Amino acid sequence: MFRQWPAYFTFWHRAGARALAWFSFAVLFFLILPIVVIVPLSFNVEPFFSFTEGMLRLEPAAYSLRWYREIFENPNWMLAIRNSFVIGIAATIVATLLGTLAAVGMTSRYMPFKNLIMAVMLAPMIVPLIIMAAGMFFFYTRYNIAGTYFGIIMAHAALGIPFVMISVMATLSGFDRALYHAGLSLGATPVRAFMDITVPIIRPGVISGALFAFVTSFDEVVIVIFLAGPGQRTIPRQMFAGLREQINPTILAVATLLIAISVLFLISLELLRRRSERMRGITAT
Amino acid sequence: MADAALNPPGPRRPAPRATASAADVALTPDEKRAARRELRRNRFMAFLLTLPLLIFLSFAFIAPIGTMLFQSVYSPNVAELIPDTLDRLSDWDGQAIPDEETRTAFAYDLRQLFAERRSGRLGEELNRVLPGASSTVQGTARKLNEAEPEEVAARGAEMLSEFNAAWDSPEIWRALQRAGEVYTDRFFLTALDLERTPEGEVQARASARIYIDLYVKTLRMGLTITLLTVLLGYPLSFFLAHQPSGRANMLIIFVLLPFWTSLLVRTTAWIALLQTNGVVNSTLMAMGLISEPLTLLYTEFATILAMTHILLPFMVLPLYSVMKTIDPSYMRAAMSMGARPIRAWYSVYLPASLPGLSAGAMLVFIISVGYYITPALVGGTDGQMISNLIAFHMQQSNNWGLAAALGTLLLALILVIYFAFDRFVGASNIKLG
Repeated sequence: MFRQWPAYFTFWHRAGARALAWFSFAVLFFLILPIVVIVPLSFNVEPFFSFTEGMLRLEPAAYSLRWYREIFENPNWMLAIRNSFVIGIAATIVATLLGTLAAVGMTSRYMPFKNLIMAVMLAPMIVPLIIMAAGMFFFYTRYNIAGTYFGIIMAHAALGIPFVMISVMATLSGFDRALYHAGLSLGATPVRAFMDITVPIIRPGVISGALFAFVTSFDEVVIVIFLAGPGQRTIPRQMFAGLREQINPTILAVATLLIAISVLFLISLELLRRRSERMRGITAT
Repeated sequence: MADAALNPPGPRRPAPRATASAADVALTPDEKRAARRELRRNRFMAFLLTLPLLIFLSFAFIAPIGTMLFQSVYSPNVAELIPDTLDRLSDWDGQAIPDEETRTAFAYDLRQLFAERRSGRLGEELNRVLPGASSTVQGTARKLNEAEPEEVAARGAEMLSEFNAAWDSPEIWRALQRAGEVYTDRFFLTALDLERTPEGEVQARASARIYIDLYVKTLRMGLTITLLTVLLGYPLSFFLAHQPSGRANMLIIFVLLPFWTSLLVRTTAWIALLQTNGVVNSTLMAMGLISEPLTLLYTEFATILAMTHILLPFMVLPLYSVMKTIDPSYMRAAMSMGARPIRAWYSVYLPASLPGLSAGAMLVFIISVGYYITPALVGGTDGQMISNLIAFHMQQSNNWGLAAALGTLLLALILVIYFAFDRFVGASNIKLG
């Protein structure tokens, strides 16, 4: 906590600070352990969810890639991977376009009914997924769009919109509009000034909003359970089915791949954050 | 784009300022009118930018929620199955059994339904109002189907009494009348463990309390999880906020990685850890602490443990972002003036960190109360929450009305919590990172 103990620290103060550090490391361990454990288990040669003796002795024969091969040989998993990307990308495009446009309107000081409209736009974040899923199920079966890509993409876009809005609005609030007006005063048309000045500056916010929207869709499973037909199963839906029906380490292999994706995601988000700070003139510390 | 729209090109007078009232004195009436028009235009253009999203959300979000609310009071099935009978029953007083004509009409309808293979649907709907009625309906329908239609039309009432004595009591007719209500409060009464007496009074249901107990259990589990995330998350955030920024940025990855890892992955991890031959049991047995594997998975304990793990980042991230802004010298000042650490924390640090704490607690509580996936996968039978029952009524028992009523109550509960929070703390305090 303190790099040098202050002079007024007694023995008990120091003990307390050490205990805090140990406790914090224990909590961090608790957070990361389940994710770390999955990775070696996915290379298990046996169809178990636990470490075999051979694995503990680090024998190469106890490890294999057979569960990874299984993913790529199983048409269900391949369909699920394809579906996850198709639905995720489509939902992201819809959410990003609508969300960015609305965020620009919402940050205008002329915007009427700002609080009410904001509440409506952010509501999909608070309403439990099971309730959204139930409502969409009743609504979609009535109009025969349950079990279609269209229905799931709509639902996922609605879920992603609050993230896009929050992210873009945050960037816009740090955007100095004098820059835009400077562009106008130098003779640019408003559209040109917007595209050449505003867009590059808010781009990190738009991209990180889009990433949030994609991950939201990629991770979402409740709505897919209720709305998707067998043709629209996504990766998490396939995992849910696997965990309920026959548990086998293919799921662990998929999980490991997903962990790798979230690591990539985390890195790109961090790069974006740095870029955004640079663009806005805040130097990274 | 907003500014493009808000400041149209072309020659015009210097931009009128909507908010500058002091300048109004110097304006001519014409200029004032132009300013007002300009303001209206600007408001309209800003609104126009949000319009596509509002239209989209009304289809993708508002209409589905509205449909669910409607479904909880609307149930046309029985009314579509036996319209004539219900028409006749509408003037029945509900005391003695209905007149012969009505019963004959019903017998005829029922025979017809059986022939069309729709009597099962009637039995299912009726069973929800009067448990056990389904077999009465199906049994009678089958026997009626063996008779000629003319015979049923002539002496249907007698045949009903012959086939099943239940038709001689007013109870089943009352159930029929009740199930036939197109707009009904019966789903809400069931969801609140209430029922109507024959006289129409609302009273506690005689059979076991199911739903209220499950709501209470859901709230209790939500509170337990919230409390656990506070106990684990508060010290951790405090520790992280007082690290040099390089080390803090590295350690926060341990919070962010689980946060961004798929929920299914984390639930899978807990299954691998907790199952009978899982990592926890084999480690404990190898250490000699236990001789038999413990039953950890498919319990309420597993649900709470896994959900605490999954929701902990939602507590740590808002707390950490608030604590980072608290100047550490406040605590040092308090301690250098002789306050014990606990006292310094309680009177200086806690009030300053409260916005983060309450934001995190509200997020965790609201999310946990509506959780479905993790209880469904690791909860077994005693770790189920209200969402799982909603899913059950939608997928297995096909009682959509009851599922909608339970969902409406859950939504109301969450809105109450959210607005109470917004009223006392302010929802804008929620920050993740």
